[in-house]
Amino acid sequence: MNENKVSKTAFDGDIYNYKVVKQLTLMTIVWGIIGMTVGVLIAAELVWPEIGEGIPWLSFGRLRPLHTNLVIFAFAGTGLMATSFYVVQRTCQVRLAFDKLAAFVFWGWQVVIVLVGITLPMGFTTTKEYAEMEWSIALFLAVVWLSYAIVYFVTIARRKVSHIYVANWFYGSFIITITLLHVVNHLALPVSLFKSYPIYSGAVDAMVQWWYGHNAVGFLLTAGFLGMMYYFIPIQVQKPVYSYRLSIVHFWSLIGIYMWAGAHHLHYSALPDWTQTLGMVFSLMLIAPSWGGMINGMMTFSGAWYKLKTDPILRFYLVCLTFYGMATFEGSFMAIKTVNSLSHNTDWTIAHVHSGALGWVAMITIGSIYVLIPRIFNKRSMYSISLINVHFWLATTGTLVYTISMWISGIMQGLMWRAIDEDGTLTYAFIEVVMATHPFYLLRFIGGVIFLFGMFFMLYNVWMTVNKKEYSFSFSKEGAVT
Amino acid sequence: MNIIYVLIPLSLLVVFVAIVFFFWAVNNDQYDDFDSPSKHIILDDKKKVKKDVFHV
Repeated sequence: MNENKVSKTAFDGDIYNYKVVKQLTLMTIVWGIIGMTVGVLIAAELVWPEIGEGIPWLSFGRLRPLHTNLVIFAFAGTGLMATSFYVVQRTCQVRLAFDKLAAFVFWGWQVVIVLVGITLPMGFTTTKEYAEMEWSIALFLAVVWLSYAIVYFVTIARRKVSHIYVANWFYGSFIITITLLHVVNHLALPVSLFKSYPIYSGAVDAMVQWWYGHNAVGFLLTAGFLGMMYYFIPIQVQKPVYSYRLSIVHFWSLIGIYMWAGAHHLHYSALPDWTQTLGMVFSLMLIAPSWGGMINGMMTFSGAWYKLKTDPILRFYLVCLTFYGMATFEGSFMAIKTVNSLSHNTDWTIAHVHSGALGWVAMITIGSIYVLIPRIFNKRSMYSISLINVHFWLATTGTLVYTISMWISGIMQGLMWRAIDEDGTLTYAFIEVVMATHPFYLLRFIGGVIFLFGMFFMLYNVWMTVNKKEYSFSFSKEGAVT
Repeated sequence: MNIIYVLIPLSLLVVFVAIVFFFWAVNNDQYDDFDSPSKHIILDDKKKVKKDVFHV
C-alpha cells in the first residue's frame, strides 16, 4: 500500500480520478428519472389506451423498449460504471488507468444512450428484447464497452495492494460477460445504417436471445450489483461483510451456475424438452448462491441493527436485500415448468421483474449514490437526511404498490385464461380478462408515480449537497482533522 | 437446434476461463487471508471520510 502518497494530500480526489465518477453518478440520477418517467407514461397508456393515439412515436410498442433500455442500460448501467470506477480505485489504492479513455467511456456511453433514445421511438429496432438497438449503435457500444473493460482491468493490474477485493471480481465478471453476450446476440447482416437481419432464425434465434436476456439479468442486474453490495453495504454499516469466505464461495458458485439457466424463458416452446428441463434444474440450483449472498449481506447488519433507527441509507440497503432474496426465490420458483404454465405471459412476470428492478437494483443504486455523493464531492454529509428518509418511504411504498398489484393481476390472469367449463369451452373471453385487469393497471401506474416522485427528492438533495458551501478540511496521516 | 453446438461450447469456454482465473487466484495467494481484506476497505474509508456521513 502506498500510504504516504494517499495521506499527504488534503482530499483524495486529487489522487483518484473522481471526475469520471462524478459525471457517471450524476447521469445515473438523470437517466433514472427519464427512464422511470417513460415507464410511468407507458403504464398510463395501459390504463388509458387513447393516450398518444395516432402518434407513432408515442405508441406503447415503441416506448416500452425505450423504457427498458433506459432503466437497464442508462440508469443501472451508468450506476454500475460509476460505482465500479470508485470501488476499483479505492480497493486497489491506485488512480483509474487512462484518464482520456475513461472520459471516452463516459461520453461514448452517453452518446449510445442518446442514439438509442432517438432511434427506438422512430421505429428502428432489431425487435430482440433488451437488444433493440440497431447494428450501427451496437457496434459503437462494443467499442465503448471494450474501452470500459480496458480501463477497469488495467487499473486492477496496476493495484498497490496484492489482494483483489471480492467486489472487483463481481464487477469484472459482469464486464467480461456483457461483452460476450452483446457481441454474440447482435451478430447480424446490415442492409442499411439502421436496418439489419440477425444471422439466427426461428427457435435458434429465440435460444440465443434468451441466453443473452437471462445472462444480461444475471451479470448486469445481479453480479454487477452484488459487487456494489459487497463494497457499499459494509462501508455504510461500518463493519466488514459478515463472511468474506462466503462472499468468495458466492462469487464462484453464482457465475458457475447462472450461464445455464436461460432456457427457462422458453418453457413449452419449440425448444427441445430436455433443454427446457435443464434450464429449470439450473434455475433451482441458483437459489443456493443467491440466498447465500443475500444472507451474507443481511448478517453484515448484525450488531448494527440499531443504526437503522437513524440512517435511512441503511434502510434502502435492508429493503434491497429483502427484495433480492424474494426476487431470486421467485425467479427459481417461476422457472419450474408447472408454475411457469400459470405465470407465463401474465403480469406475474412484470411483478417479478419489477420487484428485482425497483426493489433490488434501484434501491441499492439509490443507497449507493447517497453514500458516494458526499465522498466524491468532498462534503461532510448529504444536504438533508430527512429527505433521504422521505425518498426511502416513497420508493418502498411505490415498489410495494407496483409489485403487489401485478402479483394479484398476474395470478388472476393465469387462472382466468385456463378456466374451463364442464363442456370443455373456455369460461372467460379474452376481453373479460382484460377488463378484470384494468383496475390493477391503475394501481401499477400509481405505484410507478410514487416511486418516480421519490427520485425527484434525490435529485434536489444531491443538487443541494453538491452546491453546499463548506470550509475545507485536510487530514493528517492518522485521519485526524487538521 | 444446431445453435446449442455453439452456445454450449461458448458457455464451456467461459467456464474454462473462469477456472483459469480461479487457479490463478488460488496460486497467487488471493485466498490465503479471509479476515483482513474486508476490514481494509472500512479502514481506508474511515481514514479519509468526514465523520458526519454516517448518520449516527
